[in-house]
Amino acid sequence: MGFQVGSIGKAEAAEDAAVGSREHLVVIGNGMAGCRAVEELLAREPGRYRVTIFGAEALVNYNRIMLSPVLAGEKTFDQIVINDHDWYEGNGIRLITGDPVIAVDRETRTVRSESGVELGYDKLLIATGSDPFIIPVPGHDLPGVISFRDMRDVEHMLRAAESGGDAVVIGGGLLGLEAAHGLTLRGMKVTVIHLMGTLMERQLDEAAGWLLKSALESRGQTILTKADTAEIVGTGHVEGVRLKDGTLIPASLVVMAVGIRPSVALARSAGLDVGRGIKVDDHMVTSDPDVLAVGECVEHDGQVYGLVAPLWEMCRALADGLVDRPSGYRGSVTSTKLKVSGIDVFSAGDFSGGDGAEDIVLRDASRGIYKRVVVRDDRIVGAVLYGDTADGNWYFDLLKKREDIAPIRDNLIFGQAYALGGGQADPKAAVAALSDDAEICGCNGVSKAKVVQSIVDGAVSLDAVRSTCKASASCGSCTNIVEQLLSMTLGADYGGERTVKTLCKCTSFAHEDVRREIVAQEMRSIPEVMQKLHWSTPDGCSACRPALNYYLLCALPGDYVDDQQSRFVNERMHANIQKDGTYSVVPRMWGGLTNPRELRAIADVVEKFNAPMVKVTGGQRLDIFGIKKEDLPAVWADLNAAGMVSGHAYGKSLRTVKTCVGSDWCRFGTQDSTGLGVKIEQMTWGSWMPHKFKIAVSGCPRNCAEATIKDFGIVCVDSGYELHIGGNGGIKVRATDLLCKVTTEEEAMHYCAAFIQLYREEARYLDRTAPWLERVGLDYIKSRVVEDAEGRDALAARFLYSQRFCQDDPWAARAQGSEREQHAHLGEFRPLALEAAE
Amino acid sequence: MIGDWLDIGALAEIPARGARTIAVAGGEEIAVFRTGDDRVFALVNRCPHKHGPLSQGIVHGHAVACPLHNWRISLETGHALGEDKGCTPTIPVRVDAGRVLIARMAALATAMAA
Ligand code: SRM
Ligand SMILES: Cc1cc2nc3c(=O)[nH]c(=O)nc-3n(C[C@H](O)[C@H](O)[C@H](O)COP(=O)(O)OP(=O)(O)OC[C@H]3O[C@@H](n4cnc5c(N)ncnc54)[C@H](O)[C@@H]3O)c2cc1C
Ligand code: SF4
Ligand code: FES
Repeated sequence: MGFQVGSIGKAEAAEDAAVGSREHLVVIGNGMAGCRAVEELLAREPGRYRVTIFGAEALVNYNRIMLSPVLAGEKTFDQIVINDHDWYEGNGIRLITGDPVIAVDRETRTVRSESGVELGYDKLLIATGSDPFIIPVPGHDLPGVISFRDMRDVEHMLRAAESGGDAVVIGGGLLGLEAAHGLTLRGMKVTVIHLMGTLMERQLDEAAGWLLKSALESRGQTILTKADTAEIVGTGHVEGVRLKDGTLIPASLVVMAVGIRPSVALARSAGLDVGRGIKVDDHMVTSDPDVLAVGECVEHDGQVYGLVAPLWEMCRALADGLVDRPSGYRGSVTSTKLKVSGIDVFSAGDFSGGDGAEDIVLRDASRGIYKRVVVRDDRIVGAVLYGDTADGNWYFDLLKKREDIAPIRDNLIFGQAYALGGGQADPKAAVAALSDDAEICGCNGVSKAKVVQSIVDGAVSLDAVRSTCKASASCGSCTNIVEQLLSMTLGADYGGERTVKTLCKCTSFAHEDVRREIVAQEMRSIPEVMQKLHWSTPDGCSACRPALNYYLLCALPGDYVDDQQSRFVNERMHANIQKDGTYSVVPRMWGGLTNPRELRAIADVVEKFNAPMVKVTGGQRLDIFGIKKEDLPAVWADLNAAGMVSGHAYGKSLRTVKTCVGSDWCRFGTQDSTGLGVKIEQMTWGSWMPHKFKIAVSGCPRNCAEATIKDFGIVCVDSGYELHIGGNGGIKVRATDLLCKVTTEEEAMHYCAAFIQLYREEARYLDRTAPWLERVGLDYIKSRVVEDAEGRDALAARFLYSQRFCQDDPWAARAQGSEREQHAHLGEFRPLALEAAE
Repeated sequence: MIGDWLDIGALAEIPARGARTIAVAGGEEIAVFRTGDDRVFALVNRCPHKHGPLSQGIVHGHAVACPLHNWRISLETGHALGEDKGCTPTIPVRVDAGRVLIARMAALATAMAA
């Protein structure tokens, strides 16, 4: 590399101290900020100070951010040098490298280096940058575990990559992903371990993070989110990383890129004011007027920065102050770009939204684009761009200048060209401006001319357009544009339509569309659905999130990982919340049967946890009231011990199977209604559904189990079983319709499974069976469940398959400590008096 | 007042789009929320409507839907959003280096007063 400079000896240093009458500026840190500050100073008054720079690294000043391209093989070290030796020499700067300063004495105004060089200063500039944070897990100090901060780290990685093998990068932020990218290009098999659920969560929202993750995975990286490192294993050298869940990932190289800390040790030992960073005023002066500080090591106005843009601004203010023309630094807004070739990510400002903030979101699934601009009071406050970052700088500029965007708001999200193009204020103008051969519908390859032609030829509604030229008939993302073409072409004749009830205000799709597309496009996660279906909000609302969670769960039995945070409290807590914030607990009593062991267990729980009430429910079981959130796991453990499982009295799921005594005891009973009820409950319990689902089995037409107001009711008769569907005893009473009659218990159960699965697959979330049946019609349901034998078998088979993954008692796992965070407090405050006395 | 920030745990201990609670002996529970974009907010764990435990609601954007009657409460201001009227006290809280810090005196004062 050839930039090594030896440190100078003591004699030389003593000689040096005697020289010159100019004020002596000593700079600690030969990095980006330290050297830039000197450059700024030289640009103002070249001769004013005599300058000495100490650098801990044995190199001249180079561009640290370009270490990523060096690692990726896109640049050489020589290409990233900012100031070579000629610069130092030409400007009379003395450079002492490979020799960190280890002490500052502010009394005598001297600094001392590791090798013993002592120099006096008039002004001291601390620019020590940051230290990578190393998580103190066992094995963090094994050879082969490195950080990503300087050229030495890059050299280490390059050496490791020569022999190929596995690398683990801990940390899915900017640095970690750039390291992972470089190592992948160098031929290593890379796994990224990230603690949070979203990559680069501080710069990206969930939607963009999901796109990024998919893109990196398609390049062969393994990305593990929500993964917590337990230890780094190996004897003598790193061999792998073990996660808290026990997974062991082999690795011959581990790069820790979990964050940085301002490097403040030296300043602190010198007695300067230090918070998170070295505290400086607007002129980058520390608590000592002769000591300045700049770069990542400082804290200005409560902020510390980890990007270069703020450093440039700080350096200008600093130099202005040093030459007595103070200007002052006022803090920076930052933007980030990920330097991974082929993946464009941009983020700036505050994209977290919040009160009074509105999101303008554009998603183009076919081109993999996601753009989100956050606007508050007609000013841009943040932006996240994925896939097309061309307008990033424009948005950032508008943001920094606090430009009023009201006049261009409608077109803002389409970018600078559209928004400013000829001052078109009408969003339709953008569509009108499209050329005839512009592709409107990417899924079906339909051009603008073709859509307009079919409208002219008589397709005067959205549906007609869809069925004639196929535009907007698939993913639907071009629906808006097609509607604009309809209204442009038809003028006043087109009144708009879209009478479909959308799932919620976050989307223009109806429930049915969403379900169909989830299956057709094989979507696997909520962020994926939101991206592919162009959700207009970044993370949905309390209406769509539970619906999407259910639709995915139904479409991907066994594969989909349930999103707890997308469930209503009762389903998350597996108990019913009460008006005072306590919970009620309803254990299952199969078919309404119980026994002394269960009753005893319930009685014990009531006493042990001081439950204020226990009640027989309308669903033939017992409800224990007034249990505190913290006590739930213990209550469940006790009930489990007596063999009882959750009754799902809280779920959009099977609730109860009510039965009557039936032929075993009752003088009118025709069949074993109790026994059949128990079997059916055992088949159907645990299943998630669009809404709650109730079943009953009555032993004769006297119908003591009220089977004819249940979602699925069985009335036993001499010759077999009448199957009834779509009843509801709730807000609006609806008696069931007769589906059909069967002769055996097996058939009754088979039809029941098929009917439930049809409901699960086709009803809208939060539709009970009654309104669903009224919408689709009894004939339709008969055609699927009664008339189509093969279809019925397939439905029932799909139901039983999905049940294989649902019939785990949710209480059992929680009683054993899983999801602890749902129940336990994060912490506790003691009373004020005690606190204050501390 | 810098020294007054109390470390209450790691950010990772709060589920994203979820909340954890802090018990206050003799006072109201405090709910500490983490949003999808990893911001944190602390509010008294009590809906202005009929005192529903806000920590148990669905968090979306910077709001929480109360588990009892679905009022939407702003996490930033504690105010009910939309048509509804009411306000829950908020408490300053911040994240530093992955740790959640709460303004201790403010927390105690608010929880004891509420
Ligand atoms: C406990 C219980 C009342 C009782 O003490 O008997 C009950 C209690 C509640 N019912 Fe019910 N329902 C209970 C049987 C019924 C029945 C009778 C039945 O199942 O045979 C009905 C009418 C039948 C039906 O559903 O068609 C019934 C119709 C409703 C409805 C209206 C449903 C509808 O579609 O119109 C609601 C509201 C809802 O679900 O949106 C409701 C909602 C509720 C909720 C969950 C209200 C809530 O959201 O907090 C109550 C929960 C209290 C708790 O913490 O346990 N409950 N509820 C019964 C529990 C049965 C069980 O063992 O699981
Ligand atoms: C791989 C990588 C990629 C990056 N990509 C980007 C990017 O794309 N965009 C962006 O804006 N930012 C990026 N950054 C961050 C950017 O590099 C830093 O913000 C910037 O370098 C900070 O400048 P600084 O002078 O404060 O610290 P540094 O550049 O780290 O300089 C500090 C110097 O001081 C030396 N030093 C420390 N203590 C002593 C001591 N006691 N005595 C003598 N010398 C000492 C250090 O060895 C170091 O050379 C990236 C960083 C890395 C590591
Ligand atoms: S009838 Fe009304 S009050 Fe009674 S349990 Fe059902 S929902 Fe609650
Ligand atoms: S108590 Fe919160 S909405 Fe009613």
